[in-house]
Parts: sequence; structure tokens; C-alpha cells
Amino acid sequence: MQEGQGRGPTRGVAIRIVGLSKAFGDVEVLRDLTLEVQPGETFVIIGPSGCGKTVLLKQILGLLTPDAGRILIDGAPVAAPGQPKPYRIGMVFQSGALFSSLTVGENVGLWLKEHRVADDGVIERIVTEKLALVGLADKKHLFPSELSGGMRKRVAIARALATDPDLILYDEPTAELDPVMTDHIAEAIVDLKRRFRITSVVVTHDLNMGCYVADRMGMLHEGRLVEVGTPEQIRRSANPVVRAFITTQTKGMGGA
Amino acid sequence: MRSLGLLAGTGAVILRFLQTVGEVLVLLWQAVRESRAAPRNVDKILAQMAEIGNATLPIASLTAVFIGGVLALQSGFQLAKLGAEENLGGLVGLSMVKELGPVMTSLLMAGRVGSAMAAEIAAMSVYEEIDALRTLDIDPVRYLVMPRVLASLLALPVLTIYVDVLGWIGGALVGTVNPQINVSFRTFFDNLRQFMEVRDILDGLVKAMVFGVTVAIVCCYVGLQTRGGPREVGRSVTRAVVLSFICIFIFDYVITRLLI
Ligand SMILES: Nc1ncnc2c1ncn2[C@@H]1O[C@H](COP(=O)(O)OP(=O)(O)OP(=O)(O)O)[C@@H](O)[C@H]1O
Ligand SMILES: [Mg+2]
Repeated sequence: MQEGQGRGPTRGVAIRIVGLSKAFGDVEVLRDLTLEVQPGETFVIIGPSGCGKTVLLKQILGLLTPDAGRILIDGAPVAAPGQPKPYRIGMVFQSGALFSSLTVGENVGLWLKEHRVADDGVIERIVTEKLALVGLADKKHLFPSELSGGMRKRVAIARALATDPDLILYDEPTAELDPVMTDHIAEAIVDLKRRFRITSVVVTHDLNMGCYVADRMGMLHEGRLVEVGTPEQIRRSANPVVRAFITTQTKGMGGA
Repeated sequence: MRSLGLLAGTGAVILRFLQTVGEVLVLLWQAVRESRAAPRNVDKILAQMAEIGNATLPIASLTAVFIGGVLALQSGFQLAKLGAEENLGGLVGLSMVKELGPVMTSLLMAGRVGSAMAAEIAAMSVYEEIDALRTLDIDPVRYLVMPRVLASLLALPVLTIYVDVLGWIGGALVGTVNPQINVSFRTFFDNLRQFMEVRDILDGLVKAMVFGVTVAIVCCYVGLQTRGGPREVGRSVTRAVVLSFICIFIFDYVITRLLI
């Protein structure tokens, strides 16, 4: 039996992060970070550039190992990639990280093909369906180098969705998208949550989009989540760090 | 104090070297283990073999004919002086089969294909494609390394035979054309057949297989280890090719010694 078959419908997983610390040399990136994400919840992480958002996601994936602290997914420590686990994590890399030697369609279908989840006809159908979701069904035969930055990001989203994940991590999913496409992607994120109760962690600079998709959000600052709450609570926060971030974000846009 | 520092420095270099060797061996072992999945990955292995063939054949053909020719030219004159020129076929034939064929083919393969392997995998490491593979639960060793190692294992002996034959032809041509040597095609190949044993050819093919696997695994290893950006990719390519060359020379000596 291959992974991905007979595992029942997708369902969100719970994430529990306790006392997580990570440093690169002398640079302490994360310091005693604590975070809980409920099954099926969409948690948005905001924070200035370089504060360690990507590093946090990579540790949830098991691509980086924490210096201290624990990351539990459904109560079990994260398994290294490739180890068998009862859930699946999809990741939308900040850079897209598409396979440059494969076409868009092959990128999206790679997981299905390598794990022999379905035969070629079915894979083809799923690929088209996921690409349609991000508005790129007609770009299937292009190579990543022939796409714009925003298109690459959307292919990366389609590729993550094709694995039917229980947890999906988005690293700046809308950073290079126009407002219309941003709405579209935000809609897709919300839709996934509604339909499959998928757990999502979204890292973004885009406060509006973040507030729209989030059940709860957290502000990462100096290695910790300095404030966690519903979008409403974050907007109303009295914490000066959060205030500074939010007011900068909405300057010239009529305020929040 | 100074000598102590030197000692520590040398020690560190040796340790790093041993660690690299260890890691390459681990990667090789993983690739061997993943070979179970070879039947499901025939398409990837064939694609890599085609790549090796395409990249190596033209330059290998040219080099083979010339090496065979120059070898015949050099030894032909000496043999003719001794009146033993009829042995030219055996001499050129054996030198090609046992030594020059496999070594030259793998050096060319390292330069043409190994460098490309290292560059591609290094770029994949640097641009997070390897991370992306791993998050898709696709083992980079199975997906990238194993097909390259198996393709090299299979392609190098075939290429080597081709190079050997072209080398003989080059040698025979020079022998015929040159009035001072004056060995006919027929004499050349009769003599070659008389001296050559199956064992000699097999020795050469064993070398070819070992060199092929070595180049592939070294280049994949260096590629996977790459961190940083485009500059590091470039450095990795150079490093992979140099390391491959060194390994080929060392293993050539060792295998020759073992097979004598
Ligand atoms: N592999 C690494 N080696 C050394 N330092 C690193 C490494 N990866 C990240 N860092 C450092 O960790 C810090 C956080 O990086 P990270 O990529 O997580 O930022 P980020 O919050 O995602 O920023 P952005 O919003 O710009 O993407 C940075 O200071 C960066 O220099
Ligand atoms: Mg980042």
C-alpha cells in the first residue's frame, strides 16, 4: 500500500510547539517560542522580514532541527521527511522551489507519480484540477523558467495541494501576487479549511489577507510570539510592537 | 608551540578528509539500497545513460582515435628499431584495453557528465529543490543519486569498449600509413588477437565500472553538500571534477595492483 491511499479523508492535525529555540552561530533566531494550533485551524504568523518565520516553518517540516524545545504534531514529535507518519504536510516555499527541470504539470503531479497514488490518467486529471484552482490550467506544459514569480508561487500552491495534505504551510503565499490573485488565493485557503478541515499555517506580510484567512494570528518578534489572538484582537492590540507593525502596514490605506 | 599548531592543523585536515570519505561511502550504500527501486525508475536510468552517451561520445571518439594513433606512432618507431614491429597490435591493444580506455573514458565522463551532475544537484540544493523533494517524501537518493549511479555503472563499460575499439583502429591506421612502421591492418589485428585474453578486457571493464560509480557518487555527494548561492554551485562543480580525477587515479593504481 502506498502512502496516500486508504488513509481516509484529509483532516487537520494539531501542532504544539514548546520552548523552541534555534540559533545560527551567534544569531539567535527563535527563543523559547511557544505555539499551539488546533486541528482545522488557520493560524497566521506575521512579523518583520528576517524574524525567523521561514526558519520556524522549516522546523515544523523537519528540514531544520531545533536547538531546544519540542514540536509535536498530533502529540508525536515531528518525523524527519521521508519517515513514515500518519499525516501529510504540504509546504509552499517562499521561493516556490519548483523543480526547474520539470514542467508545471510534472511539478504538480510529482508526488502522485512517485508514490504511485493513481494511474497516469487520474494523475493528469488531478493535476489539471489543482492547477485550475490557482488559475493556471493552461500553463501545464511550460517550464518554471517561463513563468512569472507570482505564477511560480501559484504552481507551488497547486503542488502542495496535490498531495492532499492534513497540514499545509504557506510561506508568503501572496507576496508577489496582484490584488485579484491575492483574493483568489485567500479564498482558496479559506475554502480548503471549510471543505477538508485542513490545518493551515500562513506566514505573510500582508495584514489584510492574513486577517481575512486567519482564525487566530500571532506576531513573531525577537524570536517569540509576542501577541496571539483573533484578527480582531490583533488589530486592537495595545502591544507597541504589534501597533507599530500594523500602523506601518496600513499607512495611506485609510487605516484599519 | 608552532609545530603543535601545525600538527593540530594537519590532524584537522585528515579528520575532515576521513569524514568526507565516510559520508561518500554512506551515500553509496544508500544508493545501493535504493537500487531496489531501479525497475520502477528505468526511465530515469535510461535518460541518464542517454545523457552520458550524448555528452561523452563525440569527444571520446576523437580522443580515442588520437590516443591510439599516438601510442602506435611512439611505440611503432621503437619496435621497428628492434625489428619487432609486428607486435604493435598487441601493445596498442593491451594498453588501450587495460589502462587507457577505461581511464580516459572516465576522465572524459567526469569532465562532461560528472560536472553537469554536480552542477544540477548543487543548484537544486541551493534553490531549495532538494528540500521540496524531501517535503514531498521523495528521497533525493532514490530520485537523483541512484539513477545516476546505476546509469554510470552500466554506461561506462559500454563506452569503454567503444573507446578501446576506436583506439585500436587509430593505432592500426597509423601503423599502416606510416612507412617506417609499416604494419598492415591484418598483421595489427592478428597480433592483437594473439596477445589479448578475455581476462584483459574484463579487467578494463571492471575499472570502467568502478570509475563510473565513483565519478557519479562523488559528483552527487558534492552537489548535495552545496550550500549558499551561484558562486558555491560553481565551486562545487570544480571540486567535484577534481575529486573525481583524484579518485580515478588512486583507484586505477589500486585496481591494477589487485588485478596483476
Ligand atoms: N541556513 C541559515 N544559516 C544561517 N542563518 C540563517 C539560515 N537561515 C536563516 N538564517 C537567519 O535566520 C534569520 C531568520 O530567517 P528567516 O528566513 O526565517 O526570516 P523570515 O522571517 O522568513 O524573513 P522574510 O520575511 O524576509 O522571509 C535571519 O536572520 C537569517 O539570516
Ligand atoms: Mg521567509
